[in-house]
Amino acid sequence: MATADVIVIGGGLHGCSAALHLAMRGAKVLVIEKDHVGRHASGVNAGGVRRLGRHFAEIPISCASMELWHRIRDIVDDDCGFEASGQVKIAENEADFAVLAKRVADVRALGFTHEELVGQDELRRIVPAVADQCVGAIVVRDDGAANPYRTTLAFKRKAQSLGVRFEEGVAVTGLARGMGDWRVATTAGDRTAPKIVNCAGAWAGRIAALLGEPVPLEVIAPMMMITAPMQPFIKPVVGATSRPLSFKQMPNGTVMIGGGRRGTPHPDRNATDLDFRQLALGARTVLDLFPIMRAAQVVRGWAGIEARMPDDIPVIGPSRTSEGVYHAFGFSAHGFQMGPGVGALMAELVSRGTTNSPISPFDIRRFETRG
Amino acid sequence: MTGIGDLQAIYDVVVVGAGPAGMAAATVTANAGFSTLVLDENAGVGGQVWRAIETTPVMARPVLGPDYWAGQDVVRAFRESGAQHLAGATVWSLDANREIGVSVGGEARLISARRVILATGALERPFPVPGWTMPGVMTIGAAQTVLKASGLYPSGATVLVGCGPLLWLYAFQALQVGAQIQAILDTTDAGQRRQAVKHAMPFLRSPYLGKGLKLMAHVRRKIRVVDNVTDVAIEGTDRAASVVYRRGGATAADRLMADTVLLHQGVVPNVNLAMAAGVAHTWDDAQLCFKPNLDAYGGTNVTGIAIAGDGAGIAGAEAALERGRLAGLAAATALGADPHRLPDEKAVRRSLQRYEAPRAFLDTLYRPAKAFRIPQGETIACRCEEVKAKDVTATVEIGPEGPNQMKSFLRCGMGPCQGRLCGLTVTELIAEQRGVPPGEVGYYRLRPPVKPVSLAEIASLEKSEAAVKAVVRS
Repeated sequence: MATADVIVIGGGLHGCSAALHLAMRGAKVLVIEKDHVGRHASGVNAGGVRRLGRHFAEIPISCASMELWHRIRDIVDDDCGFEASGQVKIAENEADFAVLAKRVADVRALGFTHEELVGQDELRRIVPAVADQCVGAIVVRDDGAANPYRTTLAFKRKAQSLGVRFEEGVAVTGLARGMGDWRVATTAGDRTAPKIVNCAGAWAGRIAALLGEPVPLEVIAPMMMITAPMQPFIKPVVGATSRPLSFKQMPNGTVMIGGGRRGTPHPDRNATDLDFRQLALGARTVLDLFPIMRAAQVVRGWAGIEARMPDDIPVIGPSRTSEGVYHAFGFSAHGFQMGPGVGALMAELVSRGTTNSPISPFDIRRFETRG
Repeated sequence: MTGIGDLQAIYDVVVVGAGPAGMAAATVTANAGFSTLVLDENAGVGGQVWRAIETTPVMARPVLGPDYWAGQDVVRAFRESGAQHLAGATVWSLDANREIGVSVGGEARLISARRVILATGALERPFPVPGWTMPGVMTIGAAQTVLKASGLYPSGATVLVGCGPLLWLYAFQALQVGAQIQAILDTTDAGQRRQAVKHAMPFLRSPYLGKGLKLMAHVRRKIRVVDNVTDVAIEGTDRAASVVYRRGGATAADRLMADTVLLHQGVVPNVNLAMAAGVAHTWDDAQLCFKPNLDAYGGTNVTGIAIAGDGAGIAGAEAALERGRLAGLAAATALGADPHRLPDEKAVRRSLQRYEAPRAFLDTLYRPAKAFRIPQGETIACRCEEVKAKDVTATVEIGPEGPNQMKSFLRCGMGPCQGRLCGLTVTELIAEQRGVPPGEVGYYRLRPPVKPVSLAEIASLEKSEAAVKAVVRS
């Protein structure tokens, strides 16, 4: 007899969310996690809950996910620290502003109205601490931020309450098709199920390779820094247009600086090295945009281990070599907001074999070399 | 060397910490002919034990005692070796490639070393009893720092609470300068006294015995000592006003009025920089702390990084000197030193053995009682983020199994001290709640900067690297 109806590989937010939504549809689910739930990117990311600036292909799923965020407590019995304090993408100069204006027009042409172009005065009103030279921004007023580890654990606990089993500290070592079921070899023995969901994040490429569909997945280590507490001076999460940045003041006054400067990942030993020369670039962006930060004391830096695809959008959809296997990985350092929505979509896809969500841009076949 | 501008881009050996171990290590490598830099955040050399040895205003020799002034010979040898010393230098980062982030006077640099020796010493063990974070409460180590550096001591009624050699030494020194110490509340566990007898022989043979007994006898003649104290709480409205305590077996509590309460229950290795560099550590149940995994020369699992002194496990200043010499010897040998320019290893090891042997007795006798390590209820565990003991125990119930998950929930250990003041407390609290050994629970994952550094300093790093390259090219 099979271990479960569905085995989810990877206990990050996407794995936990897929497991929860599958359980809500009545499936018997097992999640296999090689470390502990939320150990890597899901637990240590900047926590941005952002539709602003999404790749056009991601916008529909991101908007669907946002609806779940706004009633997250009803879904997982925990508010996940979510606050809809807004997201702002700042134009540092006229050239940036032109880029933003075109983007907002393009997004509206697709039929989405959440992104709003604002000029200097409105930017100042929303972000009083912004440097004088900044000329405008895109604002999404009901985007926000949440606590990533708390969120991931809330999804796990809710899934558990609906009967999902979690095996943590257990790693997948092989995949083989048996008598109708998939046999998942693990460090704790074999597990079987007719369906498999690959949510293994930075390690998902190894699962895809086991299935004979290797992907050009790059393992990256996005870095973050946090300061000692400062007087409250900013509410929304702020990004920039032509430089990577994610900037947020937490409720306790500390300021988190992230946004994609990368350290060195060591996925085989669950470790990362910070690169202070790269962090220096991030620090300079912050000082340029927020003069108040000259007084900030950085008390800690860290990095998560994350998967990036060459086109910076994820792989979502069925395996093209192996029936009954589905992928959701490669979120390229912006998957946190999509977690609730992609989990719901995956549950639909796995249980019905199809989904109404537009997932064709995320097909794993897009990386096949054409001969 | 006076400023950050004097730094080279690379050194043969960089030593972090200018206490006994750091000075001894640097003396060995510099005497062997290697460019050696010692970075220390204090204004002068000496570390904690010989703090302010070149500048202290406390010139009456009996006050700080012969063990303090013995440091002068070590400093002299260090100065003569040609090792460079940069004071006021905060090392906030070290990675496995031996790149070191250092700040002096608001300016930061990244420098490199072929060998790194960490001699970052010890920290006082947290003493999380009710009221321990109130104004008017400080650690005995901090009080001794002030005494050595500026000759000052607390005014008004002072009560010492805790156990360990430093408590007695400070009481002796404070008496000499005229402090009013009302009482010592000795928390040495009665059961540990009996256990310690098993380890007494090496201690009886050691140089510590005579000195220790004389000092304690003197203090006991002058100060009221309450033995076998099993419960302590500090009370007051906006600052400490009294200490409430109970003795073992007693049903009623007693109260002592106090303007200042000084706490101490031993010291533990300062592991933050080593852990951030990727050095593997293991829980040590005798010393109730995490210690680095080291070879016989202080070498770690990270190539080119060694650890000497109390950062390698608590053994005191004399042992730290010998451990420093061994680490220096290994670094110099790895760099191709002429063996004739190195100290005699056998003699160093003989001396080290003499000072390490009595340790088991001291560790057993002064093993802090559980009640003073594992707080309960409203008592604060992490003072930076004001996380209470009950918050930690309640959070264990909803899933987090270790300090890193706990940190994600409660922010404990995320403040400016990076867990120095709560790391062991939180580990032991979780272990106790889960019913597993502390080693299984683990410690905070420590990441640079291990000491606060300004955003402006970090922003200046790239520029300085370009400047360094320009110098190298020219």
